[in-house]
Amino acid sequence: MAEQRTSAKKAARTAPKAPARLAVRKTYKLYLGGGFPRSESGRSYPVTSADGDHLANASLASRKDARDAVTAARKAFSGWSGRTAYNRGQVLYRVAEVMEGRRAQFTDQLVAAQGVERSEADTSVSAAIDRWGYYAGWTDKFAQVIGGSNPVAGPYHNHSSPEPTGVVAVFAPQDAPLLGLTSVLAPVVATGNTAVVVTSEEAPLPAVDLAEVLATSDVPGGVVNLLTGRAGEIGPHLAPHGDVDALDLAGAGEHATAFEEAAAETLTRVLRPGPEAGGGERAWLDPDPGTSRMSPFLETKTVWHPIGV
Amino acid sequence: MAEIFEYAPAPESRSVVSLRENYGLFVDGGFAPAESGETLTSLNPADESMLATVASAGPADVDRAVTAARLAQENVWGPMGGVERGKYLFRIARILQERSRELAVLESMDNGKPVKETRDVDLPLVAAHFFYHAGWADKLHHAGLGTDPRPLGVAAQVVPWNFPLLMLAWKIAPALATGNTVVLKPAETTPLTALVFAEICQEADLPPGVVNIVTGAGETGRALVEHPGVDKVAFTGSTAVGRGIARAVAGTDKRLTLELGGKGANIVHDDAALDQAVEGIVSGIFFNQGHVCCAGSRLLVQESIADELLARLKERMTRIRVGDPLDKNTDLGAINSADQLRRIREATDSGEAEGAERWSPDCDLPSEGYWFAPTLLTGVGQSHRVAREEVFGPVLSVLTFRTPEEAVAKANNTPYGLSAGVWTEKGSRMLWTAERLRAGVIWSNTFNKFDPTSPFGGYKESGYGREGGRHGLEAYLG
Amino acid sequence: MPNTASAPEAVTERGLRAFLHGLPAVDEVGAAARAQDLATRSVKTTAKARAIDLAVSMVDLTTLEGADTPGKVRALCAKAALPDPEDRTVPTVGAVCVYPDRVGTAVEALRGTGIGIASVATAFPSGRAPLEAKLADTRAAVAAGASEIDMVIDRGAFLAGDHLKVYEEIAAVKEACGGAHLKVILETGELATLDNVRRASHLAILAGADFIKTSTGKVSPASTPPVLLVMLQAVRDHHRDTGRRIGVKPAGGIRTTKDAIRNLVLVDEIAGPDWLTPDLFRIGASSLLNDLLMQRTRLSTGVYPGPDHYTQD
Repeated sequence: MAEQRTSAKKAARTAPKAPARLAVRKTYKLYLGGGFPRSESGRSYPVTSADGDHLANASLASRKDARDAVTAARKAFSGWSGRTAYNRGQVLYRVAEVMEGRRAQFTDQLVAAQGVERSEADTSVSAAIDRWGYYAGWTDKFAQVIGGSNPVAGPYHNHSSPEPTGVVAVFAPQDAPLLGLTSVLAPVVATGNTAVVVTSEEAPLPAVDLAEVLATSDVPGGVVNLLTGRAGEIGPHLAPHGDVDALDLAGAGEHATAFEEAAAETLTRVLRPGPEAGGGERAWLDPDPGTSRMSPFLETKTVWHPIGV
Repeated sequence: MAEIFEYAPAPESRSVVSLRENYGLFVDGGFAPAESGETLTSLNPADESMLATVASAGPADVDRAVTAARLAQENVWGPMGGVERGKYLFRIARILQERSRELAVLESMDNGKPVKETRDVDLPLVAAHFFYHAGWADKLHHAGLGTDPRPLGVAAQVVPWNFPLLMLAWKIAPALATGNTVVLKPAETTPLTALVFAEICQEADLPPGVVNIVTGAGETGRALVEHPGVDKVAFTGSTAVGRGIARAVAGTDKRLTLELGGKGANIVHDDAALDQAVEGIVSGIFFNQGHVCCAGSRLLVQESIADELLARLKERMTRIRVGDPLDKNTDLGAINSADQLRRIREATDSGEAEGAERWSPDCDLPSEGYWFAPTLLTGVGQSHRVAREEVFGPVLSVLTFRTPEEAVAKANNTPYGLSAGVWTEKGSRMLWTAERLRAGVIWSNTFNKFDPTSPFGGYKESGYGREGGRHGLEAYLG
Repeated sequence: MPNTASAPEAVTERGLRAFLHGLPAVDEVGAAARAQDLATRSVKTTAKARAIDLAVSMVDLTTLEGADTPGKVRALCAKAALPDPEDRTVPTVGAVCVYPDRVGTAVEALRGTGIGIASVATAFPSGRAPLEAKLADTRAAVAAGASEIDMVIDRGAFLAGDHLKVYEEIAAVKEACGGAHLKVILETGELATLDNVRRASHLAILAGADFIKTSTGKVSPASTPPVLLVMLQAVRDHHRDTGRRIGVKPAGGIRTTKDAIRNLVLVDEIAGPDWLTPDLFRIGASSLLNDLLMQRTRLSTGVYPGPDHYTQD
């Protein structure tokens, strides 16, 4: 794409001339249930670079797309949460592997979207890849760190273990389209939840590239669903949705309060926007966020059993 | 034959309780009337006699309490070392043990629950809760919540009427251990043990403002949780009120934990230890008159043993002794209020109207006070209201299942997710079932067991956050 | 679950095993919790007075020592017939319980009192003797005038899984008893688990026991509240299935009035009030009787009496 834009600029200065080879452009679609459909509404919206150049038309997800995404996420939940923790770790590590192979694509995409230096984009891409590795390593450890046995005063075995909350609607950071997105998405799926992600509205293209990575990385269809479009349009349907169990409002911006209010109706868990909000990709560089983004999407189950002969 | 061995009345003496006629609000270390002068009256639900009047706090009183709590948090309790905070909590735990008989009797009088339960369950757990959290106060950096966990500030806490003092302990002990100060509102119908607890805070020389007790009804609670000066809201009560609180704190920086309703399933597989399963069913639904959010209010019994199990259950239910809560042999006491009795009657009638068969053992209910016989509803379907809505009374809905998969599917088919029970002698089936149940507490071959070290709280619309254990500290640390 | 009435048609090891292992399991912690819950029952004033008299009438006043002499047995019988010389309203005990060779002495001493004479037999307390010896022991006691025989089961056979041997021995002793009632001692302290207690209870009932009894008193632990609870559930279930009531006798370790009343509460609330009669419930004890008498005096006079006001026999 960078190539196309450069050639377009040149075209303005020189006489018209056919390119040696016409580049094949990508159609950016939603990622839903493992497939790449267009929005059921048939709508799209133009995505521009930091300079204002047209980059692509992204699908503009609708209420019904959100509904379908929740259905897909719910359907995938029992399978994904039922995988062994080791297996989930393998799958997440595979995401890092596949991403690494496409790092140039992600870097180009970030440079275009944010107008940053290549080196800065490269730092984001590296951190995003490493983030998948980081959470791949957490999958089979958080239960030991967060759970444990409880020494009750009686003849009972008593054990608490964390379990995934269910379907999490993630409002990805608006100004951190790759590392920010990865940082909020990876912990959700690492813990066995499935996700419906509303991507950055203005910079949705890295998310679609990531979807292509996920689709080729053994992540089962429906575990991650990515909706490009407007948080303000889709959110009011996701936040009160009875089959959405938790919200990550990282990128909900001005809608955060309204979404939290709507979530109250079904006691949906809410992770409010944190200190990273508004800080761009750089705000997400901390290589060790610990369990802070996992525990909000975990439920503690405590099991009692008598000890006797 | 029964008269040969009829237990003579064995009433616990009321003389251990010295109630005042009026109680003010406990704010900043002292008792004072509400600014408006308004009061409400607490009744003994077993005979409808008046126990005491208590102040009804308005917004100005709540504001005064929150201000006192803020000052105490910033100047005394927050800066105080963990060792010293812990020693205050140990001291409170000891006074609670010393005054446990008095509190057990008073709790029984104010709530209607049998003194056997307040004596053997509520009060021991109350003291244990303070004792457990006392030990955390100087060890918070070991709790896995960061190397320097900080208190949130002022906690607004609203507790229900079903376990008045125990719920107070669940709220206040972790809040204080973590360096927060509290403003707690007891339930309208059961404020008295909280006010005696306030006296205990005085007796323990707890610095003024660390614990504030504001009595009142729903409006008082609303003023408290919506007060801009609180940093943390902890609520135990109905899901409907919980929704409202979640809405009210949206967009603020207030942290929130909610422990709400439930419709717990108690699953009995065909290989269960039947006599103990019957005990678990009885304790699951008749403990505390069924006024228990984690009650096992839906019995899911494998169809192949349903007749056998129900015969045993009915026989066992004939042994339940209903009556004077202060009689040491009473198993089932009074319903907490006229309102609650009306709701239980209405829900049970609806079960019958929808086709369930209703059964209760013969029992003479006292003519005064609020009473409801232990009740079975058999032939209940998942679609019946009594299988979906919380009754919060001694009413058990009985459903059957054919396979383990069906049991789990039915158990999870509710918007609630607080508790569940599973009865089987087969270890792998127990673990299989427990793993699939979407509920925060699973009692396997037991029911309604509580411990300060054991995290308690729900999935789904039963609320969020945990109380108790290491997990419970998270709600009060930032 | 299997109907507890359904004795296998032809009694075989396979049939017995299928029946006994098909009984519902017992969860030890749950059973103990229920027993503990019932231990908090408050039995006071008039209820306590009735309970004490009932307990006295259920005592199997026992002496089972190598040093038992005719004089010791006569003294025990005198106590059985007149527990409190200072208060003749005290009921007589249920029975005296002695070794077979002391039955004759007891028969003479109790003539005309209506008090039963129980004798341990079958190589009490271990039961480790050939069947012929056990049967001879039993016949001797019955011939000497025993109205009740307290036999021990072969715990070794039970623990080895030889249910049929246990069954056949009980059946043979039952036959040797003739008209005497048969109490079958399970020695629950050696059976170790409540599942075993439940199975042994039903095995004994199936083989012809009139009573099932916890212990010899020579093994610790003897009767415990959870064990008694499970045995009472066994007789309750057997009655539900057959209409026939089997008696229960805890023995060993029941020394105080409080212990005895807790046992009666278990009887009342587990088996039911129909069992509150010496025909269906006995307490094997020796020192208990004096404590019952002291509490009885305390209740009627309001004054704590000293132990020397009660006879030591």
